[in-house]
Amino acid sequence: MIRFLRAAFAASFLLVAPAFAQDHDGTIHHADLNLSAPFTRATLPNAPVGGGFLSIQNAGADADRLVSASSPAAAMVQIHEMAMEGDVMKMRQLADGLELPAGETVTLAPGGFHLMFMGLTQAFVEGETVPVTLVFEKAGPVELELPVMGTAADAAHTMSH
Amino acid sequence: MTMKSIRIWLWGAVGALALTAIVAAVLLRQPEQTGFGRGSYNLIDQNGQPVDQTVFVGHPTALFFGFTHCPEVCPTTMAEMASWFEQLGDEGQDLRAYFVSIDPQRDTPEVLGDYVSWVSDRITGITGTPEEIAKIAKAWGVYYARVDLGGDDYTMDHTASVFLLDASGEFQGTIAYREDQATALGKLRNLLAKS
Repeated sequence: MIRFLRAAFAASFLLVAPAFAQDHDGTIHHADLNLSAPFTRATLPNAPVGGGFLSIQNAGADADRLVSASSPAAAMVQIHEMAMEGDVMKMRQLADGLELPAGETVTLAPGGFHLMFMGLTQAFVEGETVPVTLVFEKAGPVELELPVMGTAADAAHTMSH
Repeated sequence: MTMKSIRIWLWGAVGALALTAIVAAVLLRQPEQTGFGRGSYNLIDQNGQPVDQTVFVGHPTALFFGFTHCPEVCPTTMAEMASWFEQLGDEGQDLRAYFVSIDPQRDTPEVLGDYVSWVSDRITGITGTPEEIAKIAKAWGVYYARVDLGGDDYTMDHTASVFLLDASGEFQGTIAYREDQATALGKLRNLLAKS
């Protein structure tokens, strides 16, 4: 029985593994999508929310859509858009997800689209990683790790100050 | 014209002038009470101590309105503020910063205390009843509005600028969200020089 389970586990891994492959530069290829430069930011004490960022290139001939996200690090992950209107910051949940037009790259970055981690199970600490599962309408689910950068980091590989 | 009617006319003129002077005095005083940044409110700081409008008098101030359930603008501004304090060093020793919560239902003094202490020991978290928070926000022309996110969750839209006040509590300018550090430090140094 155990041998069977082990075999089943190995088989399931074979089924999942080809779904994505990772480049030397960290880009994840998931069906027609290329996911790159993922990161999140260290949270302040008592802050129960965090933002997640990455670039999603749709190299396919058809549009896809990021429909949902989840993480063991948060009670809920939503897809949001932030915009400055004058000196006022406005935040909106994208209830229908985020459209990924064919042949285009959509960037989730500070000041714009982002994953909103709500109800954090623990603080995001710089240098650690936060796992997240993204679910795409056509490409299906993919897991990735967001490296935790500084609190005001703008990108995956720059200093916060 | 008799002496009596002249006397009545003169007294009438005196009365009219006095009335004009009183009205003028009231009108001239009005801007001081209701101008930008003016207001009266009773709030509490992160230690539960009472705070009112006089808290901004006696030192130059950087004033920010935010909330701890804020994913981006507030932590970013707090991180930048931490680096302003760091960069200014002794030069900025008189500067005081305040983080006023526009989400007082969730931001208790205890929650705010740890949050702001990450920035500096010269920043104070301020919260209070929704009514009193509305008063301080109105005084500074700060916009804030609840945005529901499903279930009990919500986030807040809000003014993201940092207000700069001189040592008499007078408004001197703002640092915009994500203003570059050199410009922000220049504005702070100007403020410190004036205060």
